[in-house]
Amino acid sequence: MHVLDRKLLRDLRRMWAQVLAIALVLACGVMILVLAIGVQRSLEDTLEAYYERNRFAEVFSGAKRAPDMLLSEIRALPGVRVAETRIVGQVVLDLPGLEEPAAGRVVSLPDVDVPALNLPLVLTGRPPAPDAVDEVMVTRAFAEANGFVPGDRFSANLNGRKRTLTITGTALSPEYIYVLGPGAMLPDNRRFGILWMPRRALAAAFDLQGAFNDVSLALTRDGRAEEVIPALDQLLAPYGGAGAYGRAEQASHVFIEGELTQLRALARILPPIFFLISAFLVNMVLARIVTLERGVIGLMKALGYSDAAVAGHFLKLATLVSLIGIAIGWSVGSWLAQGMAKLYTEFFEFPYLVFQPRAGSYAISAAAGVATAGLGAIQGVMRAVRMPPAVAMVPPAPPSFKRGAVDRMATWARFSQPSMMVLRGIGRWPGRAAFSILAIAASVAILMSASFFPDSLDEIIDTSFFRQNRQDAMLILTGDRADSVVEDARHLPGVLAAEPMQYLPAVLRHGHLSRRIAVEARDPDATLSRVTDAAGRPVTPAGDGIVLSDRLAERLDVVPGDRIEMQLLTGRRETLTLPVSATATVYFGLGAYMDRAAMARLLRQPPQASVVNVAMDRDKARALYAAAKDTPGLAGTVLLFQTRTAFSETIARNILNTTVVYIVIAVLITVGVTYNGARIQLSERARELASLRIIGFTRAEVSYILMGELMLLSFLAQPVGWAMGWAFAYAQVKSFSSDLYTLPFVMTSATYAKASLVVLAASAVAALIVRRRIDRLDLVAVMKTRE
Amino acid sequence: MSELIFRSEGLTKVYRTGDVSVYALRGVDMRLHAGELTVLLGPSGSGKSTLLNILGGLDRASEGRAWFRDHELTAMTDRELTAYRRDHVGFVFQFYNLVASLTARENVELVTEIARAPMPAAEALAMVGLDHRLDHFPAQLSGGEQQRVAIARAIAKRPEVLLCDEPTGALDSKTGIQVLEALERINRDLGTTTVVITHNAGIQAMAHRVVFFADGRINEVRENATRARPAEITW
Repeated sequence: MHVLDRKLLRDLRRMWAQVLAIALVLACGVMILVLAIGVQRSLEDTLEAYYERNRFAEVFSGAKRAPDMLLSEIRALPGVRVAETRIVGQVVLDLPGLEEPAAGRVVSLPDVDVPALNLPLVLTGRPPAPDAVDEVMVTRAFAEANGFVPGDRFSANLNGRKRTLTITGTALSPEYIYVLGPGAMLPDNRRFGILWMPRRALAAAFDLQGAFNDVSLALTRDGRAEEVIPALDQLLAPYGGAGAYGRAEQASHVFIEGELTQLRALARILPPIFFLISAFLVNMVLARIVTLERGVIGLMKALGYSDAAVAGHFLKLATLVSLIGIAIGWSVGSWLAQGMAKLYTEFFEFPYLVFQPRAGSYAISAAAGVATAGLGAIQGVMRAVRMPPAVAMVPPAPPSFKRGAVDRMATWARFSQPSMMVLRGIGRWPGRAAFSILAIAASVAILMSASFFPDSLDEIIDTSFFRQNRQDAMLILTGDRADSVVEDARHLPGVLAAEPMQYLPAVLRHGHLSRRIAVEARDPDATLSRVTDAAGRPVTPAGDGIVLSDRLAERLDVVPGDRIEMQLLTGRRETLTLPVSATATVYFGLGAYMDRAAMARLLRQPPQASVVNVAMDRDKARALYAAAKDTPGLAGTVLLFQTRTAFSETIARNILNTTVVYIVIAVLITVGVTYNGARIQLSERARELASLRIIGFTRAEVSYILMGELMLLSFLAQPVGWAMGWAFAYAQVKSFSSDLYTLPFVMTSATYAKASLVVLAASAVAALIVRRRIDRLDLVAVMKTRE
Repeated sequence: MSELIFRSEGLTKVYRTGDVSVYALRGVDMRLHAGELTVLLGPSGSGKSTLLNILGGLDRASEGRAWFRDHELTAMTDRELTAYRRDHVGFVFQFYNLVASLTARENVELVTEIARAPMPAAEALAMVGLDHRLDHFPAQLSGGEQQRVAIARAIAKRPEVLLCDEPTGALDSKTGIQVLEALERINRDLGTTTVVITHNAGIQAMAHRVVFFADGRINEVRENATRARPAEITW
């Protein structure tokens, strides 16, 4: 090893704390890149392979009852490569050990051969025999959540007929990677599952012999979903077509895409912040090292080392720091990526999702890390290179301080000399002070963008569950029923109140903008389920008007008073033009709301209900559950009080994880900036401080000078951090917002305060660690050494 | 007379800070001879160090010319100056300029690694009487020992000239004499042309030639008919 390299290693060992502080900040950037890019690519590759191998369809549509012979016409549509029909239905399940009714989505398997599209991946057991009437294959998650193995039985209410079904196997499907039951907000594998049954049995159960109610298509290489969808809609229209849609609107796919979008955003937004801060830290520390090593630099030049050798020496130092950061970032990133992949398998049903180390993500993050250090080093390196050899041999001139406006103010305010030293220190290196403020502010911002989540979610829970969806349960009917069903529901045991609601699948249009959506029609006096505006006041549609959620209004570019077109996808498939009477604040889905009576009038039919919302006496829940399991015409129940708990629990757990990660990151940045700042100050001011001690200043007074500047900068960073945090959080809300859900932007004073407290505490601790060195200051030695 | 190793004509150096011009050298004409030990004597600020820096290729003149043998130093590029320092010149500084994180041997190796035909580091240290302190760090050595390490580092490349800027400036007389003895021995045994800057008039007694500086000019050049041994010098 070269002598200079040996020096380098010893220098690094001596400055280990500073090196580590920088490396950790850099490691955060590297870690997030490895994590986000690695998981994103793993997810994308898994998805692509899974979709390909199990023939995930590209266009989907439901229908009421379409004859089998329509299939040949569908197949003949231009752009269609494969078309397959199925029977799909909702069933209520009575599971052993579960009091409340569970729900299932039953999907037919072809009589002969395996499905041409959406091929289930059989994991255990076998698919049901084609001629069996009581055999069923279920999703793995459903089986695991209920402790089922092949051979186990449970009973199901299939279109009003109660049957005992035997599980023959478990499977996964590319169609149901993310599984949400009707009305559910989070996956609940205990109470909802996908069931595969032979087509013959389902056709009999649902009275669909010679017919189908679901079709999936795969397209040719040049087939375009946008062209196939209207053609398919046209073919299915006479048979109650529910509106075709592509993968972009397929529920499971949309959720995964949402996750991928967030990972991509994560990889884009956060790492640059860390890299920038690391570059600043490298810059600050290297500038100091170059100043301290003037003698060595001069010596190297005097000895005949070339400029390149001098530059190389300091670049190596920066590179080594970055390599340490990269190593830490790689290992933590890989570890977190595995954890994240595991977390995904909790929400997403993949046959495999192992986080495979991606050479690409490691290479990109390493390149970014080394480039960061190089960028940070460049200024110091250039200064070392430009230092004329003779000048490098004499001590540097004292930095030139000037009297400025701040100074005059401080003099006028009669600040003490130590305070003047603090202020002049900031004034002397304004760039360094400004960047320190920015970096500390970034920590505040990162903390704020993590801690605003709980408030935001509280607001969601408050609005969604306590102002809007206040019902204890939703009874989902197998189809639209006459209002007498509400009366029936009132007579179920334990039901205290019942209110009807109708779902009407429709396409809403305004100009060239359109959205496929289920319009909810309610009675104006409904209190169990309603929508509210931003201020929490109930909003009811006026007359024939329609109320849109804020986001839907935004997507369709309408404001109250505008008129939109509503094309219904059921019944006579009428197209109506309606005024938008108001907008509502809704966090889940893109909602549209109408008066049920007005809807009935427009459709020239008596009012109908597809869901009955009930308030229940929980003490009589058991009787209600038993009745629900045996009520014909019931497709499922959603127990909202359980949804509330599950939602809060899942969210609370994830928030805790996220918050811990964000706090660690923010503390690392703050400590990295303050600790290095303090060390550099100590190094720059050692002689001054020692002189002050000699002339009789106390340790506390001397410490004040050292810590004063850093704490002042930390305080100045707070308002900047608040502004940045506000902007971060706002950007996050925007990036989270999708057609599926949105977050309210809630910023409480507690969020500001918490972030500031954590950051100020971290910087105080970092400064105090350095302060201990003042106690150990060897006054005589300091005075003897030449700068 | 022995051959010329350094020669200068009208060498001038002006430092400009703001509006003020400070003349460090005011047209110095000078000749130094190969194999000699020359002492440059003069008060602080008289221009000795500036001249030494220019002769050593560390600094550039504002006007005038200087030659090392028949190479014109004042016409060299930075790259050529670097090569010149690397191949021909050894430096000894007042504050030793040892690298604190390297041992005595490693400090010498700093030079032997890049020199063309160096002597082993241990041999160079033996020449200055430090063969028993090879693996000590600078902080574990006395000032005189540190300066001798610096001398070992300077001579390890077998330079043609050894330029010493106040080599005893930071030392007491006892350790100073040890350093001077090392310099004298190298000049005698290796025949290395040695230039010593000092404001300590006592040292002139050991020189072949003494150059007196004042105010950026050479006042007088004197040759010593008889030279004193370092041990006889007092200050």
